[in-house]
Amino acid sequence: MEPVVKQQALKGGEFLIRETDAREVFIPEDFNEEQRMMAQACQDFINTEINPVIERIEHMEPGLLPSLMEKAGELGLLGITVPEEYGGLGMSFNTSMLIADIFGQTGSFSTAFGAHTGIGTLPIQYYGNEEQKEKYLPLLGSGQWKACYCLTEPDAGSDANSGKTRAVLSADGSHYLITGQKMWISNAGFADLLIVFAKIDNDKNLSAFIVEKTFGGITMGEEEKKLGIKGSSTRQVFFNETPVPVENMLSERGNGFKIAVNILNIGRIKLAAGVIGGCKDVLSKSVVYANERRQFGQSISGFGAIKHKMAEMATRLWVTEAAAYRAGQNIEQKIEELKASGLSKEEAILKGVEQFAIECAIMKVHGSEVLDYIVDEGVQIYGGMGFSADAPMERAYRDARITRIYEGTNEINRMLLVGMIFKRAMKGELNLLGPAMAVAKELTSMPEFGEDTPGILAEEKKVLKNLKKALLMVAGKAAQDIGARLDDEQEVLMLIADMVIEIYAAESALLRAEKMALTAGEDAAKSQLSMAKIYLAGAVERVQTAGREAIAAFATDDEANVLQMGLKRFTKTPLVNTVALRRQIADVLIAENGYKL
Amino acid sequence: MKILVCISHVPDTTTKIQFEADKSGLNKAGVTFIINPYCEYGLSKAIGFQEEGKNITGITAICVGGPEVEPTLRKALAIGADDAVRIDANAGDSAFVARQIADYARGKDFSIIFTGKESIDFNGALVPGMLAEYLGLPFVSFATEMDLIAHERARFKREIDGGEEIVETALPVVVSCQKGIAEWRIPNMRGIMAARKKPLAVVSPTAVKDYTPTVSFDYPPAKGSCQYFEPANASGLVTALVNKGLI
Ligand SMILES: Cc1cc2nc3c(=O)[nH]c(=O)nc-3n(C[C@H](O)[C@H](O)[C@H](O)COP(=O)(O)OP(=O)(O)OC[C@H]3O[C@@H](n4cnc5c(N)ncnc54)[C@H](O)[C@@H]3O)c2cc1C
Repeated sequence: MEPVVKQQALKGGEFLIRETDAREVFIPEDFNEEQRMMAQACQDFINTEINPVIERIEHMEPGLLPSLMEKAGELGLLGITVPEEYGGLGMSFNTSMLIADIFGQTGSFSTAFGAHTGIGTLPIQYYGNEEQKEKYLPLLGSGQWKACYCLTEPDAGSDANSGKTRAVLSADGSHYLITGQKMWISNAGFADLLIVFAKIDNDKNLSAFIVEKTFGGITMGEEEKKLGIKGSSTRQVFFNETPVPVENMLSERGNGFKIAVNILNIGRIKLAAGVIGGCKDVLSKSVVYANERRQFGQSISGFGAIKHKMAEMATRLWVTEAAAYRAGQNIEQKIEELKASGLSKEEAILKGVEQFAIECAIMKVHGSEVLDYIVDEGVQIYGGMGFSADAPMERAYRDARITRIYEGTNEINRMLLVGMIFKRAMKGELNLLGPAMAVAKELTSMPEFGEDTPGILAEEKKVLKNLKKALLMVAGKAAQDIGARLDDEQEVLMLIADMVIEIYAAESALLRAEKMALTAGEDAAKSQLSMAKIYLAGAVERVQTAGREAIAAFATDDEANVLQMGLKRFTKTPLVNTVALRRQIADVLIAENGYKL
Repeated sequence: MKILVCISHVPDTTTKIQFEADKSGLNKAGVTFIINPYCEYGLSKAIGFQEEGKNITGITAICVGGPEVEPTLRKALAIGADDAVRIDANAGDSAFVARQIADYARGKDFSIIFTGKESIDFNGALVPGMLAEYLGLPFVSFATEMDLIAHERARFKREIDGGEEIVETALPVVVSCQKGIAEWRIPNMRGIMAARKKPLAVVSPTAVKDYTPTVSFDYPPAKGSCQYFEPANASGLVTALVNKGLI
């Protein structure tokens, strides 16, 4: 049985059934001089303009955050993806990911930046007509105007299409009058432009509108008192017959939900990029602290328990980074391919991102959970100081928490990603059926151990290949047994999602390490190879646990035995001394007094 | 009025310095290089003059070094220099570098030549003065302020022990920059993209001798470990000092 074909995965979700060539993935080490210079400029901006006033941002000093946004705008940081003809830079998808990555360390500012450049600006960039783009994009890309995105309502959160906000055509047909209540709106306090979703008359689906703050009939609630990102503005927004010229509708009537979903896809992968900067910052600070803090006559960084934490933090963040930029590049390639086939740039971006919506959801979940793991361990390494509001971990810990909630909760994203995989399989867009049947057949035959192909990470690649079989086995059987009522079996969906996420992350890790070893040599890539091995070892355990739980939940008694045996076979892995590998990583972190991997 | 800005290519300030196994030089693996921060003040000042409408017709960034210094020069272009020159030679001692830059600048009508007060790698602080001497120009060192005044003259504030000094000179002049003369600038994204298209000329070095080639590098002696004595054990401390022959 050979479900795996060697070819570049150019379709979303295809990683589950195809092997990817390490030389073809993008790794952050591939960023060119210009992109690095942009990242450095962004870091300089953070160091000189944001970090010195971070406390003032957190206390919501009036006007401060918007003025920082304007300064970012002057440097061109708000127009990274805005096309050049509208005053922006028209940079590539992965460049915009890189900028989001660097800003990720800024908590409140990062949210404001993301809400403005992402969900605030992109609807116009991708769905606006010529007049709308000409009128608004230069204002947004330069930071003269700030934007917000009004989708969520008190009774319509995860179920976003159920909103009650209404748009009614005025008697003279010139305006829509929008009435309704929006909630949790980032940047609401200072936005000049609002992207508003509302239903026209009794439509089933939302429509989207560009609303200027000065149109009238708009009032704001008080600033929400929040757990984290306290410096970001989050308010309710009330619309009372707000007159919006008919020409300010985005795209077509009833197209709003589609816009919302597509913009969220981009938001999700950007969020994954956005956690990276935060993770690196927290880990570097933790390493410095652990090196300086002495107990029992030595630096606490010398203790094995602390080494474990630092190395695991480094590994997980390195893996998220690998996976996020791998997906980012896949999207970018798809965009180029679609552009070459004649699509407009905007259409190509939307279709390109849509194609990798599965990966976007995977990365949203993985990135946000890695961040939460890292801030949690960061607090722990700081000990009592981690709990103190005078040290940086406390804020990092609080700020991180939102990432599992917005841009679609992690539960919603888990369900979405599995749902999309099944849907694409059913439609025949993703050939899961063949490989799943092959795996099922393999279950009843003698275990084959496969030929040993020598090379970098050869053993690990075999383990990964088997993990994919484990997933195909469990997901295939689940689809067969409970496919019709899968929506009522959310727990199983969640478990399958976990397996998919772990496989994508582990594969991305192996690919990044392999590519580095191929380009820089195995010696130079020693730490990276170790991190890939550490992550894979953990991923095997996690896939196994999720698989067992899922099998127990849905399989009949006769099946369960076979499936359990199969799971055992497919998650078999040689014993890896992860303790030694982690120590090796920790020693590098300690010597470099921070994270530079 | 044309300005030449000398750009020294130096390891990032946070670099952990490690030498090659044979101690012949810095082990550059994994080291990030930056524009010498003091040189960057000069670049900022030059751009400032241009922005103030001081009739600056061109800002040229110059560096003596191999191809590896080009990213640093492109950074200078991104920040706002109009063109860049790389003198294709491994930077030798201060006299070597100063002579190379002087040989390039001679006859090219630069009104101001900015340098940093020193490079943060070797901290020689010699190039600026030598450069002025080779070109036969006035030299103002450690300038913390500079204004262009009437009649092609410039007025400076410079740091002296316990105070400051105001000096004035006719242009052209060589200036070594100290903190205060200007603020560093973050390159604009558009500037970064434009840098790609700005000219970066590679110029052959002139025949200049390196009089003081480096023989080898070494680390400062490792710090000894620390021995603690409880307050009650003062005699232990005395004994230890006696045993070490220190008292
Ligand atoms: C700080 C902040 C900023 C925000 N910024 C914006 C913004 O700028 N614009 C905007 O439009 N919105 C914004 N939001 C809203 C955010 O997107 C929503 O809070 C989020 O989508 C969740 O909706 P909800 O709060 O109504 O939670 P609910 O939908 O009520 O969810 C509550 C819980 O139930 C779970 N759940 C819901 N449905 C299901 C289901 N079908 N199956 C299983 N579990 C389910 C969720 O996962 C969650 O755990 C922001 C929120 C916050 C807190």
